Amino acid sequence: MTANMIIVGMADLKVVKSPGSLTTLGLGSCVGIALYDAKEKIAGLAHIMLPDSKQIQNNSNVAKFADTAMAKLIKDMEKLGARRINMKAKIAGGAQMFAFNASNDNLRIGDRNIEACINLLKKNNIPLIAKETGENYGRTVELYADDGRFVIKSVGRGIKTV
Amino acid sequence: MSNFSADKIFNDSHLDVMKELGSMGTAHAATALAKLINRKVTMPVPNVSWVEFSNVADFMGGPDSIVVGILVSVTGQIQGMMMFLMPLKSARSLTKAFMGAMGAPLPEEREETSLEFNEMEQSVIEEAGNIMISSYLSSMAGLTNINFKPSIPFVAIDMAQAILSVPAIEFGKMADRVLFLESQIQVTAEEGKENVDCSGCFILVPNLHSFYRILRALGVE
Repeated sequence: MTANMIIVGMADLKVVKSPGSLTTLGLGSCVGIALYDAKEKIAGLAHIMLPDSKQIQNNSNVAKFADTAMAKLIKDMEKLGARRINMKAKIAGGAQMFAFNASNDNLRIGDRNIEACINLLKKNNIPLIAKETGENYGRTVELYADDGRFVIKSVGRGIKTV
Repeated sequence: MSNFSADKIFNDSHLDVMKELGSMGTAHAATALAKLINRKVTMPVPNVSWVEFSNVADFMGGPDSIVVGILVSVTGQIQGMMMFLMPLKSARSLTKAFMGAMGAPLPEEREETSLEFNEMEQSVIEEAGNIMISSYLSSMAGLTNINFKPSIPFVAIDMAQAILSVPAIEFGKMADRVLFLESQIQVTAEEGKENVDCSGCFILVPNLHSFYRILRALGVE
């Protein structure tokens, strides 16, 4: 992690131009959505907690949900000069942290978050080029605006760059 | 859709009641732990507060500090989950104290940052968490006259924020913050006995409906 890296908290999103970089720590069942425009070198990262704002009564924080967070992330990147047509996506997270019986929908929230992100990217015509999701462990991710590299770190599992 | 939020309709008297419940629950859990490891256990006054999602892991040393989480899902008249969290170091200490009290051979010494727990140690953690959570819940059941059915315990060892995402997401369905009922348990130093640095913390996550059920049972509207 470099000193001027911007931290994206839980239920939060940020955008940055090259040479900036973004990070979000300890994604569990939450999903990190990384969007990148390679032409303009503009990156955006969201840390979402739930799949759908329309299913929840309390939906004032747009960064909390996959649908509203993705819309805002795209908009904020466009404000910086990015174009949707150039955007590519990478996602990470959506783990099932505890080995519960997976039939319980509430506890399968990680899977539902991943599914929602994949569908929303399709709907927005943004290609998903890398996916580090599921399993049962947490992930810290870093997104670099100079080349769009997405670095994934997990406890005891080393570092992976996609 | 409304912007209804659970944290906005909770007032100070609700929080005081939750604090009282947490206090009783923790006292029961502490007593159970004391018996288990045959040591004196103390607990400071619990802290109840609404915490922003971005800050959920602050009280456990930050988003990427490694913690051990024991989770029990709760069904019956109350739906939700209950979690006991402790730093890696405390989990080691607790395992050692527990195994010592049982007369079992002590676990091998590992480096402080080691994530390795063998099968025996894992089940000790599960069982210790289970006993504490069950005592906590049975005290709540006694106070509220509501039955809580805990599941078997599940353990995860990972980054604090990743583990806390599980209760945080549950709260995310009804609020923009997390209600933390943070109560610690500490093992008192005693002469001739090794110091056990075991401090952990409980998080109770009832769904909104269950929250009100608990409060109503205690006569708070």
